Amino acid sequence: MQSENNTSAPTTPRLRHRRRSNEAIPDATKANGSHLLVHDRNKYKSFLVRAYSTVWMIAGFVLIVYMGHLYITAMVVVIQIFMARELFNLLRKAHEERDLPGFRMLNWHFFFTAMLFVYGRILSQRLVNTVTSDKFLYQFVSSLIKYHMVICYFLYISGFVWFILTLKKKMYKYQFSQYAWTHMILIVVFAQSSFTVASIFEGIFWFLLPASLIVINDIAAYIFGFFFGRTPLIKLSPKKTWEGFIGASVATITSAFVLANIMGRFQWLTCPRKDLATGWLHCDPGPLFKPESFPLPGWLPWKEITILPVQWHALCLGLFASIIAPFGGFFASGFKRAFKIKDFGDSIPGHGGITDRMDCQMVMAVFAYIYHQSFIVPQSFRVEMILEQILTTLTYEEQKALYMKLGEILQERLFGQS
Amino acid sequence: MLNWHFFFTAMLFVYGRILSQRLVNTVTSDKFLYQFVSSLIKYHMVICYFLYISGFVWFILTLKKKMYKYQFSQYAWTHMILIVVFAQSSFTVASIFEGIFWFLLPASLIVINDIAAYIFGFFFGRTPLIKLSPKKTWEGFIGASVATITSAFVLANIMGRFQWLTCPRKDLATGWLHCDPGPLFKPESFPLPGWLPWKEITILPVQWHALCLGLFASIIAPFGGFFASGFKRAFKIKDFGDSIPGHGGITDRMDCQMVMAVFAYIYHQSFIVPQSFRVEMILEQILTTLTYEEQKALYMKLGEILQERLFGQS
Repeated sequence: MQSENNTSAPTTPRLRHRRRSNEAIPDATKANGSHLLVHDRNKYKSFLVRAYSTVWMIAGFVLIVYMGHLYITAMVVVIQIFMARELFNLLRKAHEERDLPGFRMLNWHFFFTAMLFVYGRILSQRLVNTVTSDKFLYQFVSSLIKYHMVICYFLYISGFVWFILTLKKKMYKYQFSQYAWTHMILIVVFAQSSFTVASIFEGIFWFLLPASLIVINDIAAYIFGFFFGRTPLIKLSPKKTWEGFIGASVATITSAFVLANIMGRFQWLTCPRKDLATGWLHCDPGPLFKPESFPLPGWLPWKEITILPVQWHALCLGLFASIIAPFGGFFASGFKRAFKIKDFGDSIPGHGGITDRMDCQMVMAVFAYIYHQSFIVPQSFRVEMILEQILTTLTYEEQKALYMKLGEILQERLFGQS
Repeated sequence: MLNWHFFFTAMLFVYGRILSQRLVNTVTSDKFLYQFVSSLIKYHMVICYFLYISGFVWFILTLKKKMYKYQFSQYAWTHMILIVVFAQSSFTVASIFEGIFWFLLPASLIVINDIAAYIFGFFFGRTPLIKLSPKKTWEGFIGASVATITSAFVLANIMGRFQWLTCPRKDLATGWLHCDPGPLFKPESFPLPGWLPWKEITILPVQWHALCLGLFASIIAPFGGFFASGFKRAFKIKDFGDSIPGHGGITDRMDCQMVMAVFAYIYHQSFIVPQSFRVEMILEQILTTLTYEEQKALYMKLGEILQERLFGQS
């Protein structure tokens, strides 16, 4: 059985026009907190509410994916802003806030600094590639990038100093808790969104596949729990069941294998984006996406099966999505129980707030990026990456100097080996 | 136990990144060890991530009813502590390997700032500085600033003469260092106006950078101390510990150092490094992360691109 905040709907919330508050329908099912969904009389009604939101979210998501990398990044940024707002408001106490004017501004100052830092690092390379046409703009952007760390550091230090200067007697404890809380929120939100955006620019495939797996895992767990759920899974989330968990795992791993094949055929999804343009992409997808044929045993109706090597990687992603990612959901449930909050927000009917939808996505996004960097990239693009680095960070004279030195070293090695 | 698990993970992550390059350089003699260390480094991120995830899963599985709030607060508190402690220590270690100078100078400036503020406050202190720390005074603050900036200028000259302090360390050996210190540490002479007893003065270019470090140490770094004071007041603790008689615990002594260490490293990376070692850094990267075939491929491609540019420009 799945609990209210973590089931049938995809974890990528979309458009703002769906901001309706939670109504009596989900409340009724929540009141029977410990009852399994299988036994719930109202389950069909709540199912309809969730299905409605689900369809809208998936449709919006597909549209954004179609439009491209920049739009997906913009979507991630918007989601991030909403998540941060939900979380900032969560432990704020209205009573103390009255005596501290401008304290909320501090949160948004740190948010802006984090945005600049994280997206500056990720997008700097692409930004340089985009503005190479205009010499003045190129120099301006290059110097911004060179001093990027310093700029962000000074923004942070000014926030730090501002915080200290606004400390008020008798409010110290509240202010320090808020400060720590702000840092935790920003770290959690930005770590996962920065990894997500980095994955997007490596190829939409590396963002779309993990996200879809989480969605499929959620929906499959809900459906299996709806029909077969009997044994409770974990005390933290009483509506989750072992039947739902195992059924969802099987479904997720299978669809990982299948989806990787389908998605791997589109260059729009598999090509990395080197700049910030929005046009079509053409590239050599690399060895991972080249189909290989395997002959099948005679007793099966098909003679042979074509498999993209990337499908084996997708199995690993699917395994992680079904076993570990749900712990993101458990963490969020435990957190809400600890601080006695029902939902993180109320943006999405039937599901709660945006953070409710993103809790498993966060764990998955980080894993997907680290997996990609450790197991995928070293097989293909390392020479490209360093070449890019040389061309963008060094001046022409420095590049020539590097070329000379590298030539000498390679000659030495050649003679040393023979 | 969970706290120490996260501590160990953070250690591995932070020091793995910093020391990986040096470790590779140290073990290049033995081929087997080299391959073992290289693969450890390649999968370093994954190893650290899985250690973290197992800590995360362990945390969730040990959540007990009615203890949720306490356990989550502890979890958040652990993260905050580790981030604060490891950010500053990782920057400090990175600075050390860039050259002991870049660790010793900022640390000394903080010490001088503290001592000078105490002495000036002792003799001249009248006007309170900030409500958070009632014993600090404006006289102490300003006197210490002047003292710190002056000693930054002087100390940089003294420290810059020793290769032991100015040379970066490329491996994990412990012997003496010899290197070309770079343009920052080469003395330049400036003629002085006739009315001064000295004919000319030798200045190392690094002394101007030291002025910036001194400025930061006197103006911003004390805020680290204010933060610690406010924190102790907020949670009604007198000192962080009692290891050092008269001062409190180790955290009491390190509070300003932490802010300074981060600044020193960022300053070094933004303003010092780009002037000298960029070609070296990328060359190192090529030689250590790529195989021989990949290096040759890179060499070919780079040659082509440079040829194109040459023709494009003429």
